[in-house]
Amino acid sequence: MPEVLKAPLVVEFPFTRSLGPVQSAFLTGLRERTVLGVKTTDGKVMVPPVEYDPVTADELRDLVEVEPTGTVTTWAWNPEPRRGQPLDAPFAWVLVKLDGADTGLLHALDAPGPDAVTTGMRVRVRWAAERTGAITDIACFEPYEGAAAEAEPAAHDGQFDDAVSGIVAEARLDYVYSPGRAQTAYINALADRRTVGERCPSCRKVYVPPRGACPTCGVATTDRVEVGPAGTVTTFCIVNVKAKNLDIELPYVYAHIALDGADLALHGRIAGIPYDQVRMGLRVEPVWTEGGRYPDHYRPTGEPDADYDTYKELV
Amino acid sequence: MSSTGHATHKEPVAVVGIGQTKHVAARKDVSIAGLVREAAQRALEDAQLTWADIDAVVIGKAPDFFEGVMMPELYLADALGAVGKPMLRVHTAGSVGGSTALVASNLVASRVHKTVLTLAFEKQSESNAMWGLSLPIPFTQPLLAGAGGFFAPHVRAYMRRTGAPDHVGSLVAYKDRRNALKNPYAHLHEHGITLEKVQSSPMLWDPVRYSETCPSSDGACAMILTDRAGAARSPQPPAWMHGGAMRSEPTMFAGKDFVSPQAGKDCAADVYRQAGIGDPRREIDAVEMYVPFSWYEPMWLENLGFADEGGGWKLTESGVTELDGDLPVNMSGGVLSTNPIGASGMIRFAEAALQVRGQAGEHQVDGARKVLGHAYGGGSQFFSMWLVGAQPPTS
Repeated sequence: MPEVLKAPLVVEFPFTRSLGPVQSAFLTGLRERTVLGVKTTDGKVMVPPVEYDPVTADELRDLVEVEPTGTVTTWAWNPEPRRGQPLDAPFAWVLVKLDGADTGLLHALDAPGPDAVTTGMRVRVRWAAERTGAITDIACFEPYEGAAAEAEPAAHDGQFDDAVSGIVAEARLDYVYSPGRAQTAYINALADRRTVGERCPSCRKVYVPPRGACPTCGVATTDRVEVGPAGTVTTFCIVNVKAKNLDIELPYVYAHIALDGADLALHGRIAGIPYDQVRMGLRVEPVWTEGGRYPDHYRPTGEPDADYDTYKELV
Repeated sequence: MSSTGHATHKEPVAVVGIGQTKHVAARKDVSIAGLVREAAQRALEDAQLTWADIDAVVIGKAPDFFEGVMMPELYLADALGAVGKPMLRVHTAGSVGGSTALVASNLVASRVHKTVLTLAFEKQSESNAMWGLSLPIPFTQPLLAGAGGFFAPHVRAYMRRTGAPDHVGSLVAYKDRRNALKNPYAHLHEHGITLEKVQSSPMLWDPVRYSETCPSSDGACAMILTDRAGAARSPQPPAWMHGGAMRSEPTMFAGKDFVSPQAGKDCAADVYRQAGIGDPRREIDAVEMYVPFSWYEPMWLENLGFADEGGGWKLTESGVTELDGDLPVNMSGGVLSTNPIGASGMIRFAEAALQVRGQAGEHQVDGARKVLGHAYGGGSQFFSMWLVGAQPPTS
């Protein structure tokens, strides 16, 4: 059995986040080297602050300023930092209860090795040199010898000049994608400019591209069936909007094409005919370009149009 | 409980609270938590209930990729008062707002819970739905057109099948945008809209014009569902659920009818059977249906049994679906005027409930007694619907 195809798939996007009043104050505070928490209904101080009370669901808006020093409540050593993490060298992930706070803030602790980290150790914020109003304005924590401050945290109005109201959260996921056995065979056949589907042994329908199973009958499709190369335009639209990453001159026709012998239409572009002369029932054939995995487009064969009744079940 | 016989029957389900945000292109002033909180708080106020009165929370939204927050229900538990209570998240693509309400209703109907908060949202401005739906899968042919390009060929197929004239799609858009002017929560308020403006808007994916497509919105919608005892305490008239159903089918399979999917027909038939509806055209007073592209109004009118094949566009063209027509459709302005994707289905369900409660304000249909709410999604893969009435169900 031929090897199944695999390729990397990277999914990344710069999501935006509207912060709302509490997160806005917290992140703007970090920019100004001020760590803010919020008082819950029962008087606890949460850092980072939240908008709604985790116990009572009350709206929380009473901000307080806590110290940039605190105590490690638990930790885990990270021997191999990955892309985007706070430090390049091995470090400890720590939960830090800042002086004046009742909850732990997750961040990185710069330490030479796991032997240098203990629960209960004292730490302080190392501020980033350039701060923008983001959690990364705390570059990391570092060991600190001072004792915990005793004073109650003071109220803070959360007001700063030029407050940050939104952030960009860059997200990235790295996958290895495999199309599976059936589509691998389909893709390999395309390299020889042949279109090969699979027939359901139960309903006898031919699926192109095949997925390895019939979605109606729920059984494996095994019999390979070559379809096309010609087919019929079952329906279409005329595209007047530039699609992202596609360099095709507008307008163009995007069509559903039922290849001869297939029981499902696939999608393709129609060219070699003025766009406003494309019609349902038009007979077309694929046009390949050197190195293309898929037909570049389909063009009219010159045959008479297919009768509506011959393809209406495929629309 | 008045008799032991109740134990074998479903508990009647009532809608006693409804809340929406004002839907807009971007709510930059609130976090996602702040957005859902606003809708939930309004639903509680409408029902005159507090967080303590809620037994469980059921929320829904479209794919996580839309905002990039994985499992947002975890982060939203505080904002929705769900601590110490069961919290469920539902996901069925664009139909999710409807199916979320139905999951919540099942919890009441089965007497698992007495009073349930259900909510759906989308904050589309935090991302790009087109990107979220078109990931660059290796070896796969890139999609040659945008979202409208997916739907436009099916519209052409409908026109071919039924002989519908070109202008029907514009009539729907013109109607829905005018209806939206009467709905303070609608996103698009196109004052001065005319049929000519719709018809002269750019042709994007022929036969679909710009004005015949839905906007991209930030918004949330919430409802409080409760049992008979909860309805008896309600300060406002409740809306009663007479039937509700979901159906699904694959997005692509040999024999799929994109113009009138079998799953949609089956879903509607199930709702009508539960509600004792024999002739939906005569017995149902109004419909809030999921119409992201205007041509889907006539298509769904046929799919939902309000017209025979080829009769849907005639209802639209003759004015039957206008706000003052015999079967008003999308009195709120519909998805064409407001589309926070995950919430769009729940808005249909909630607007149906507002109508039978007589609380739809300027877009109220006089004497609406039975109204259908409809949602679909995922390339016509998922369907969810409910029928609500002004009176409790008789069986």
